[in-house]
Amino acid sequence: MNETTGGIEDDEGSGIVKKFMFVNRKAPYGTIYALEGLEVVLISAAFDQDVSMAFLDDGVYQLVKGQHTKAIDVKNFSPTYRALEGYDIEKLYVERESLEMRGLNAGDLLVPVEVLSSAAMGDLMKTQDVVIGF
Amino acid sequence: MLHIVNKSPFENTTLASCLRVAGKGGGSALLLIEDGVYAATKNSVAGNAVHGVLGDIQVYALWPDVEARGIQDRVLEGVKMVDYGGFVDLVVEHSNVQSWL
Repeated sequence: MNETTGGIEDDEGSGIVKKFMFVNRKAPYGTIYALEGLEVVLISAAFDQDVSMAFLDDGVYQLVKGQHTKAIDVKNFSPTYRALEGYDIEKLYVERESLEMRGLNAGDLLVPVEVLSSAAMGDLMKTQDVVIGF
Repeated sequence: MLHIVNKSPFENTTLASCLRVAGKGGGSALLLIEDGVYAATKNSVAGNAVHGVLGDIQVYALWPDVEARGIQDRVLEGVKMVDYGGFVDLVVEHSNVQSWL
């Protein structure tokens, strides 16, 4: 926190926008990582940063269409991915190799995403200021 | 004997270990639950491994976990769905159970 300076708000540092990438690698319901990661992404939206999400490995399962969780008595948080656009989080990247290994393609996912090769994903990660993994 | 696998085959070796040890054990059964159900999906690397044992052991998947994960339309043919009651029946029907945690 800054010291109070008589109402001058724009201290040095405010207004800096960093590139944040959240890397999601866990399936949605077997562990709490996917849900907690999504909560952090939503919080980050409040800070007007340049946020993107990457889905690799079992993380791609978070985006699979047609999830119905009533019978396991767990909140179905998959519709939240569709709401991300409303928080200006529109950059969703999915690794092609992870989809293919699981017999999935972009059409099986509940939001529009950009499918990237492993190498392209690696290049994109390199351009980030902050990378946070779940 | 009943074998239960609850971990994703893509981030853990429990399914592979289970299939290596029990995959050819006639009279045995494999029940996939929780993230283990991803092993029951068609055209996936893990699904192909499960497909390979379907002639030797009975394979079941817990329907509530399948449905929760949205994979109900891509389950391998030959994998039977059970509900929670069916889970209990499988445990009762078999002389012993190994949970591959």
